[in-house]
Amino acid sequence: MKRKPEEGLLISPIRNGTVIDHIDGGEGLSVLRILGITGRTTESLSVATNVESRQMGKKDIVKIENRELLKKEVDRISLIAPKASINIIREFQVREKIGVEIPSEVIGVIRCPNPGCISNANEPIQSSFACQKRGYRCRYCDTLITRDIASYII
Amino acid sequence: MRHIISINEVSTGEIDDILDRASAIEEGDFDPDALKGKILANLFFEPSTRTQMSFVSAMLRLGGKVINLGSIEASSIVKGETLADTIRVVSGYADSIVLRHPKEGAARLASEFSDVPVINAGDGAGQHPSQTLLDLFTIRQSMPLDGINVGFLGDLRYGRTAHSLASALSRYGVTIHTITPPGLELPPSLTHDLLDTGTKIVVHEHLEDIIADLDVLYVTRIQRERFPDPGAYASVAHGYRVTPETLADVSERFILMHPLPRVDEIDPAVDTMPCAQYFKQARNGVPVRMAMLQKVLL
Ligand SMILES: Nc1ncnc2c1ncn2[C@@H]1O[C@H](COP(=O)(O)OP(=O)(O)O)[C@@H](O)[C@H]1O
Ligand SMILES: [Mg+2]
Ligand SMILES: [Zn+2]
Repeated sequence: MKRKPEEGLLISPIRNGTVIDHIDGGEGLSVLRILGITGRTTESLSVATNVESRQMGKKDIVKIENRELLKKEVDRISLIAPKASINIIREFQVREKIGVEIPSEVIGVIRCPNPGCISNANEPIQSSFACQKRGYRCRYCDTLITRDIASYII
Repeated sequence: MRHIISINEVSTGEIDDILDRASAIEEGDFDPDALKGKILANLFFEPSTRTQMSFVSAMLRLGGKVINLGSIEASSIVKGETLADTIRVVSGYADSIVLRHPKEGAARLASEFSDVPVINAGDGAGQHPSQTLLDLFTIRQSMPLDGINVGFLGDLRYGRTAHSLASALSRYGVTIHTITPPGLELPPSLTHDLLDTGTKIVVHEHLEDIIADLDVLYVTRIQRERFPDPGAYASVAHGYRVTPETLADVSERFILMHPLPRVDEIDPAVDTMPCAQYFKQARNGVPVRMAMLQKVLL
């Protein structure tokens, strides 16, 4: 009897803005955090969590009205939602589709978990991590972040 | 411009080159005016008698001059100057900078702001490539590096000299044997890195289980601070102490190493045994650092 919920039933269409689709199930709120969207935001947004997806099992979808994501922001999303697709909506139509790319270097996005790392001191540098097979490695102190990357986002 | 920040960035060819040059230097085959007219800035934000003195000695033996930070209390560091600014300024005063700093990654940062080559002389719990090179040099004086069995005894969790040496040795197809107290094992991320290179790692509970098969035993200090109380430290430290009895069955080419300073981990009665190489190892700091200075300054 159970009918698959249609995304359209969960979230109403937007005229202009961005739809981030195919976020790993449960990571929608982390995506908002990466974009600097907090509870006090003025943007009108909706998040659908654990929507059934044929390709991914469960996925999250985030829709933000009146904001088109920048390339830099898209790259940040790859940290926690490497399968995400970003749809830019203009006048209710999908006008652009951007896949996220895993950058080889992540600069100024995550904080090094090592308190003794020079990147956490008062110095004129940005944090810098190389994306490696097992995780993200700090350019300065070699610390490797292997999990829960979202909690290190600046 | 060639910085030396981490041993991992020095190619095997370059390592061989530095060690070959150090061998020649040790035999007296070097130009005492090779670095005439060059100035080295020794920036030690943390005390380190040996490393600092051996860099000074190395520079002077090659005819160069050394300037240093003076006391940190009297310098602009206490006024809150960033390391980046200090480096920008000092790199205008010297032809190369040797840096020791308490924070991990300090030398990498310095290399980003310096106009002259930076040599990392230890950054917190991080890298200390000149120590690694002199360790490799010491082993190579007794045997080729390829395929040897190297034991590491003591604190492998926090011991940075052991970490760097183990990863440098992983290029030479060695087998690494570890003997550590519980809680002071090799960090998992380093273990993974070593295994990725095809290095074999064998964990032993007791030194006597493996000592006869080792070519090298690298002893590190177990620090009191790592233990909740002095009693716990004493009981652990006792089990990891090397004595003449421990070394009764070692192989002919076996050598015993220690980055120094040593406290109780090696019985002084071992010092006169032919396998005891730790004082030689410390001396090797000069020819190896001479070779490094020539590499970055010429
Ligand atoms: N005007 C709109 N308002 C809100 N969401 C939209 C709008 N147009 C498309 N979407 C959503 O954007 C995503 C991508 O849309 P589309 O390219 O049509 O589908 P798909 O990528 O699944 O083939 C889907 O999740 C869809 O529901
Ligand atoms: Mg779809
Ligand atoms: Zn770091």
